[in-house]
Amino acid sequence: MEKWARFLEVNSSRILELTIDHAILVSLAIFVALLIGIPLGIYLTTNQYLADTVLQIASITLTIPSIALFGVMIPIFSLINQGIGFVPAFVALVLYSQLPIIRNTYTGIKNVNPEMRDAAIGMGMKTRQRLLRVEIPNALPVIMAGVRTAVVMNIGIAVIAAYIGAGGLGVLITQGISRNDNYLIISGSIAVAILAIIADAILLLIQKRFTKKAIAE
Amino acid sequence: MKRKKLIGSIVRYALYAAVAAFFIWAISNSYFDYIFSQSETFLVLLRQHVVLVLVSSLLAILIAVPAGILITRPKFKKAEWIFSNIANLGQTIPSLAVLALMISVLGIGFRTAVFALFIYSILPIFRNTVAGIDSIDKNMIDAAKGMGMKPHQILFRIELPNSAYSILAGIRTAVVLNIGTAALAYVVGAGGLGVWIFTGINLFDNGFLISGAIPVTLLAILADYILRKVEYIVVPKGSRRIEKA
Repeated sequence: MEKWARFLEVNSSRILELTIDHAILVSLAIFVALLIGIPLGIYLTTNQYLADTVLQIASITLTIPSIALFGVMIPIFSLINQGIGFVPAFVALVLYSQLPIIRNTYTGIKNVNPEMRDAAIGMGMKTRQRLLRVEIPNALPVIMAGVRTAVVMNIGIAVIAAYIGAGGLGVLITQGISRNDNYLIISGSIAVAILAIIADAILLLIQKRFTKKAIAE
Repeated sequence: MKRKKLIGSIVRYALYAAVAAFFIWAISNSYFDYIFSQSETFLVLLRQHVVLVLVSSLLAILIAVPAGILITRPKFKKAEWIFSNIANLGQTIPSLAVLALMISVLGIGFRTAVFALFIYSILPIFRNTVAGIDSIDKNMIDAAKGMGMKPHQILFRIELPNSAYSILAGIRTAVVLNIGTAALAYVVGAGGLGVWIFTGINLFDNGFLISGAIPVTLLAILADYILRKVEYIVVPKGSRRIEKA
């Protein structure tokens, strides 16, 4: 226990710094993934044929092991001199978050009660109004569930990105492995777990705050 | 309608073209050469990789499915939420850390990697088994009781067939994850195709990177495909769900 106290005294500022790096990498990736995934998911509800194709592509992307995806990306991004570091990690995280976000947006909006949609049309709502006032609010819990899955998954994958020089908490773990230092490994993985739990809790709060009461039941 | 189908086709064929372009680019730069020039090493690494995944997945299935069944019995029902929460928490610990921490317990080598992969794949299988059994319509079990079925008959004739889809989906998730995590087994000295990927990263050698990463990717996609087919065959017709991407 004393050793832990001493370890934390020396390293706590560095752990905090790496945690912030980690959070920034993941939140930037999620932000871009949302900008792509949600409009795409909404559009897919109007185009069944494209929906099948896109969902299939996204689910195959998700089966690609993360270290293998980094391995394929390094040569490709080397062509534009961005082989290792932030860019390949960022692109990989965006790709991995597409499936949960697109799929949940798509199924959430598809599963909105058709009677409700009919009622909205009957009230004279235009397509845009129907989307913003009826479909999205009703699908919000499902969409947010997808976002939460994506965030927790990405926090885990970003750990491995330390091997291609993207920084973050994975650095603690990889250093711990090469120095055979369990303190580094344990503190790194606990920080990752806590980050994931906190991110999930915050998103759950946002979801509850913005879900209309009538829908929550 | 025609235009929508056209957009879909364009996206699909653009992707095929991109994949084809990638392979042509990789082959023309002779990035796959190591697979042929060092084919013996490649086969050894591939075998290590497959054995790692098979042994750890089989062990995990043998432990997690019975554990999931046990925890959903009425006797243990009260303890269920504790185990589900532990399973959820465990999932947030990075796979790399599980591997790394096992070094200090078991040393480096093959057994360490198998054990770490085994621990890590218990969680999804256990979770899906519990979720699958819990989601069964209670009326169906009541009906079975009313027909005079004994508890083990209810388990084998009602609960397991109806939750088969969920259990098998958990196994598929675990195996696909396992193939990816086994590529990290390099860090505990257990071999596998990860050796070439990490060599490629350390030496900046695109040849090693591609020769290691593409086989791992194909392995994962192939395993996913095969297990989906198995799901389709094993799951009884009545509880089969519409196949979705």
